[in-house]
Amino acid sequence: MSEYKRVNELGSREAEQPNDEFSGPDVHGHFGRYGGVFVGETLIAAVEELDQVYTRMAADPAFWAEFDHDLKHYVGRPSPLYFAERLTKHYGGAKIMLKREDLNHTGAHKINNTIGQALLAKFMGKPRIIAETGAGQHGVASATIAARLGLECHVYMGAEDIKRQSANVYRMKLLGANVISVESGSRTLKDALNEALRDWATNVDNTYYIIGTVAGPSPYPRMVRDFQSVIGREARAQSLEQFGRLPDALVACVGGGSNAIGLFYPFLRDTEVAMYGVEAGGDGIETGRHAAPLSAGRPGVLHGNRTYLMSDEAGQILETHSVSAGLDYPGVGPEHSWLKDIGRVHYVDATDTEALTAFRDCTRMEGIIPALESSHAIAYAGKLAATMSPDQIIIVNLSGRGDKDIHTVAEIDGIKI
Amino acid sequence: MSRISETIASKQAQGKKVLIPYIVAGDPGLELTVPLMHALVASGADIIELGMPFSDPSSDGPVIQLGAERALRAGTTLKHIFAMVREFRQQDKDTPILLMGYLNPIETMGYEAFASEVSASGADGLLIVDLPTVECEEFFAAAHGHDLDTVFLVAPTTNENRLESICKHSTGYLYYVSLKGVTGAAISDHGEIRAKIAHLRTVTELPIIVGFGIKDAASALGMAAISDGVIVGSALVDKIGHLQAGKSYSNAQLVATVGVIGEIRSAIDAL
Repeated sequence: MSEYKRVNELGSREAEQPNDEFSGPDVHGHFGRYGGVFVGETLIAAVEELDQVYTRMAADPAFWAEFDHDLKHYVGRPSPLYFAERLTKHYGGAKIMLKREDLNHTGAHKINNTIGQALLAKFMGKPRIIAETGAGQHGVASATIAARLGLECHVYMGAEDIKRQSANVYRMKLLGANVISVESGSRTLKDALNEALRDWATNVDNTYYIIGTVAGPSPYPRMVRDFQSVIGREARAQSLEQFGRLPDALVACVGGGSNAIGLFYPFLRDTEVAMYGVEAGGDGIETGRHAAPLSAGRPGVLHGNRTYLMSDEAGQILETHSVSAGLDYPGVGPEHSWLKDIGRVHYVDATDTEALTAFRDCTRMEGIIPALESSHAIAYAGKLAATMSPDQIIIVNLSGRGDKDIHTVAEIDGIKI
Repeated sequence: MSRISETIASKQAQGKKVLIPYIVAGDPGLELTVPLMHALVASGADIIELGMPFSDPSSDGPVIQLGAERALRAGTTLKHIFAMVREFRQQDKDTPILLMGYLNPIETMGYEAFASEVSASGADGLLIVDLPTVECEEFFAAAHGHDLDTVFLVAPTTNENRLESICKHSTGYLYYVSLKGVTGAAISDHGEIRAKIAHLRTVTELPIIVGFGIKDAASALGMAAISDGVIVGSALVDKIGHLQAGKSYSNAQLVATVGVIGEIRSAIDAL
């Protein structure tokens, strides 16, 4: 009998990953000096249990088969890698390819992660799910998966964010979730995370906490990265398929950094691929009104991990500023902090103004309304493309769609809708 | 023997329970903390836990969060806290002080510089809420290099492996968290706590002090009866929150503000 050559499915996992500097984190969840577990004693046992369960599940092909099945049939993956021809012409230089995470069910990359974590919650027999959310995309993705699995869902959201993302708040409520307004601190994403941690400590026996980004105590940074890596695996295969080669550069926005690590991770060993993580420059880094810890912060400890943070000289966490609620966070995933220090990824920023221009350009030239978060990536990719030649390729992670942001943009335009 | 261990040993020798109030340094104004500390001692405090305020106190309930916010609004920094401890020590050489807080302000200052300042100011020990023993070696070395006690929390969820590591790293006392939750919640299950403490006694000789959820004489009595003493935080911080920064208060007024400590002292001394 002849042996058929086995062709990997689009974006399938490689059986063996080499054991090298990119195989992190270590057993205690460290990426270099970053990461780890820094939570109150009550939560340590829960975090350790999750680590054990995930480690076991991640070694089980049946778990990934179920995950892949859901991504295909429920989320609608693979998402296209789309040539943005008019944007390319407009920026004048390298080809702009958009990885269309905006086309996922619920409209952003966040669902990739909630699918994976909900499978764990189900396996662990936890009937109650909690989540934090900034822009509301992760809250919607969590409420969605909770509805599908029949789980109770509570979403913590800063009172400020509830005001600027009212459509997503209503979506969560329609999906059956209880949205809890967080009035403490700066009343944004960081405070929602604090409140979710408090809830978890109180209800640790029956509750699964779905963290929405690659931050938090270990194993979250590793686990969320693994779930989001489907973005990069697909993009890598699609680039090989469409161009016969890898792209020259990857560009993604970075708040906590889950869409960025998802795109970057499967390319880390491809030394010829340059990577750019774009933080929220807000009013401009020099004004101090921004959300760019990697560009202008310092290492510290918050929300369970050691990472770059925006904090003052006394170590108190600073309030952040960005037009995009999803990037308005003073920390960042620990793996990004490490990738910055070793120089593998370049971290840059785009201001509110630059992001808004990119938002309009993409909408008018491609007929795609991008999320304000993703607009930061498009803005930087435009500048980068102009310095490159037309035979070069940039993959931009279009991490979410911008329907949720039309009220914000209309308000900036002075229009009431 | 450290000032903390001596104090606890002397209470135990008298057959008495240890009473430890927690307040947030700088809450609601920088000038009120030292007078409040003296009022606490006058009301029967054996040891004082002085909270170092942090912007994101994710293990604390709403009352202590508000206390931290008031203290930060008043401009409290670690430097101010060292000055408060120095000032307190001018009048009180005996009452041990444990500084309690979150890691980021300490990392920002640097472990060695921090431990050195804590020790020089006259404080006795440290409890860092979000620093588990697996991450604590560098901090532990700095603290013990300056003869500071290191207190760690034990929770109802703490398993045997972790308990061993916590006991190995703890000096002074073990802080037993009475409930699953954050500071200021309500204790529900005395029987479970009794069983846990009985188990702790089999693995450590450290004194066991119970905190979280002790808000009045009745709840203190219940916990003191099954442990070496109690920690009172939220109930006290709530009262202190009614003071106004910048206003002057007599000693009698401050003793009245911390009245819950006097009530608990009388109650547990009757045990």
